[in-house]
Amino acid sequence: MISFSAVSKVYPDGTTAVHDLSLEIPAGRITVFVGPSGCGKTTSLRMINRMIEPTSGVITIDGTDTRQIDAPQLRRGIGYVIQNAGLFPHRTVADNIATVPVLQGVTRREARRRATELLERVGLPTSMARRYPAQLSGGQQQRVGVARALAADPPVMLMDEPFSAVDPVVREQLQTEFLRLQEELGKTIVFVTHDIDEAVRLGDRIAVFATGGHLAQYAVPADVLRRPADDFVAGFVGRDRGYRALSFAGATGLPVQREPTVRMGAAAPQGPGGGEHRWALVVDDDGRPRGWLDRDALSPGDPIGLQHLRLGGSLAAPGYSLRTALDAALSSPSGRGVAVDDAGVAIGTITLADVVAAIEATDRTALADPAGDDAGAWSPPVLAKGAERTVPAGDRGVPR
Amino acid sequence: MNWDWLGRNSDRIVDLFVQHAWLAAAATLVGLVVALPLGAVAFRYRWTYPPLTTLAGLLYTIPSLALFVVLPGILGTRILDPVNVVIALTVYTVALLVRVVADALASVPEAVRQSATAMGYRPVRSLVTVQFPLAVPVIGAGLRVAAVSNVSLVSVAALLGVEQLGSLFTEGFQLNFFTPIAAGILLSLLLAVLFDVVIVLATRLSTPWARAVPSR
Ligand SMILES: Nc1ncnc2c1ncn2[C@@H]1O[C@H](COP(=O)(O)OP(=O)(O)O)[C@@H](O)[C@H]1O
Ligand SMILES: [Mg+2]
Repeated sequence: MISFSAVSKVYPDGTTAVHDLSLEIPAGRITVFVGPSGCGKTTSLRMINRMIEPTSGVITIDGTDTRQIDAPQLRRGIGYVIQNAGLFPHRTVADNIATVPVLQGVTRREARRRATELLERVGLPTSMARRYPAQLSGGQQQRVGVARALAADPPVMLMDEPFSAVDPVVREQLQTEFLRLQEELGKTIVFVTHDIDEAVRLGDRIAVFATGGHLAQYAVPADVLRRPADDFVAGFVGRDRGYRALSFAGATGLPVQREPTVRMGAAAPQGPGGGEHRWALVVDDDGRPRGWLDRDALSPGDPIGLQHLRLGGSLAAPGYSLRTALDAALSSPSGRGVAVDDAGVAIGTITLADVVAAIEATDRTALADPAGDDAGAWSPPVLAKGAERTVPAGDRGVPR
Repeated sequence: MNWDWLGRNSDRIVDLFVQHAWLAAAATLVGLVVALPLGAVAFRYRWTYPPLTTLAGLLYTIPSLALFVVLPGILGTRILDPVNVVIALTVYTVALLVRVVADALASVPEAVRQSATAMGYRPVRSLVTVQFPLAVPVIGAGLRVAAVSNVSLVSVAALLGVEQLGSLFTEGFQLNFFTPIAAGILLSLLLAVLFDVVIVLATRLSTPWARAVPSR
C-alpha cells in the first residue's frame, strides 16, 4: 500500500502543483489519477519514486517512509512507464527491457534472456529483440516500455499517460491487454491519465484532481460518475456521464429475443419484408454475426454477398452492461442489438425498447455499490417469455 | 616543384608529418576528455553555463603565438618542449568543446533522461551510459571542427622551433623556396582530411542506432 499524508509540492517558482494530498493507494489494484492538464498528476506520481521531493508531508510504501530509502535503489523497485515510452534510442529492444535487472547486477546475458520472455508477455514477437526503438511503431514502443517496467518484477508500477500518444484503436488494444496482464500479475499500479473514459475503464479506484493540485474526489469509478463530489468533478466527467454510468449497470434480466438468421452466400429469404422484417441478421458458417441485410434492396432468392450488408454494429458479449446493450441496439440498423456468446456466436437480439425499459427500471441513484464491488455482479441474461433459446440451427440454413 | 628536393628530404618530411599528426591528435583527444566533464557541469548546473562558455570564448581569443610563448613560464617547461604546444592547443580545444558538449547533452530528449532516472540510474552512470552515447552525433560534429582547427594551429609552433609541418613554411620563406611551402600545405590538408574521416567513421561506428530506420 502506498500512502500520501498531507503531501504538498510547491515548485521554486511558487507554483503549487499538489496541495495537501492525503490518499491511500491499495495494494494489488489499479488506482487512476485523473484530471485536466496541469493539476498535479505527474508531480504526485513522481513524488512516489522520489523523482520529485515533496515540499511537505510524508509518502510511505508498505509503511516505510520513502525518504529512508536511497532514491535510485527505491526506483529500481518501482516500475515506471512514461508517455511516449521514453525508451533508450541507442539500445536494442532487448537491452532496453534488460535495463533494471542489469542495474541490479543481473548479468547481461541472463537479463537479455528474460527480456525475450517479457516480449512475448506483452504481445510482441521475440524477433523484435534486436531492433532499435526507432524501428518500432508507437504502440509497439509502448509495449516495450511496459515490458521494461516489468522486467525486475517490481510490486509497484507507476504509469504516466502511457497510452495517450497512440491512436484510438491501438489504445483500446493496449488497455485490454493491460487489464489482462494486471489480472495475472496483481501489481499495485498508479496510472495517470487526463481521459475520464480511460480512468473509468481501467481504474479500481479513481482520484480526480482539480486545478491547483487539490484532490476533488477519490472513489470507485461508478461513484465518480454517479455522485460527483462537486461541480468541478461533475463538469470534468462531462455531459455523457449518465450514459457512461450505464457501464456499471449489469444487464441482468434484459430479455434476449429470438432472431432468425441467414447465412452468408445463402439465398435472400422469402416472405414479407418491410417493418421489423426489413432487416435480416446475416451470420457466417460458424454463426458469428456478419451484418444486417436490407431485404428491400435484394430480390428474394438472390445470393447474399458482403456488398449487401450493413456492417459494424457493436455486439453485446457476455458480461455486457446496459451501456453496451444500449450501444448495440443504437448502432444496429434494425434497432435490435446483437448478443453473442463467448465464442462470438449470435444468440439473439436485444431491442432498444427493452434496453430503455431496463434503464427505467434501474434505481439509478443506487446502481453502483458504494462499497466498491461494482464490476462483479453480472449474471447471464434471461430469455424473453415465449422465446426459445436462440436460433434453431435450421433457421440459419446451415448444415453444420 | 623541385622533386629532387622532395626526394632528398622525404625522410624528414615523413617525420614532420608524424610529429604534426601526434601534436594535433593529442591536443584534440586530451581536449575532448577535459571538455566532457566541464560540458556536463555546464549542462547540469545551468548557472555555470554562461560563465563557463564565456570563459571558453575568451580563452579562444588569446593569440596562439602568445600562448605558446607564455606557457613555458607558467608551466616551468622548456620553451622548445612540444608539450607546450599540446597544452596550448588543448586549451583551445576545451574552449571550443565545452559549449559543444553542453549543447549536445541538451539535445538528448528530456524523456530519455527522465526515464534513466526513473529506472534507477545514478547521475554519473546515466551520463556515461545513456546521455553521452546519445550526444555522440553532436559532439562528433564539434570535434571535427576542433581537430581541423588544431591541425592548422600546430603550424604556428614552427615560429618557436617546435618541429612539424609548419617548419616547412618557415624554411620555405627564409630560403624563398616554394617547394617546401607547397608540400607543407598539401600535407596539412591531407592530415586534416584524415582526421575528419577518422572522426566521421568513429561517430558512425558508435551510433548504429542513429541509422536504424523503420523496417517492416
Ligand atoms: N519543474 C517545474 N517547475 C515549475 N512548475 C512546474 C514544474 N513541473 C510542473 N510544474 C507546474 O505544476 C503544475 C502541475 O504539473 P503536473 O504535475 O505536470 O500536472 P499534470 O501531470 O496533471 O498535467 C502545473 O501548473 C505545472 O505547470
Ligand atoms: Mg502530466
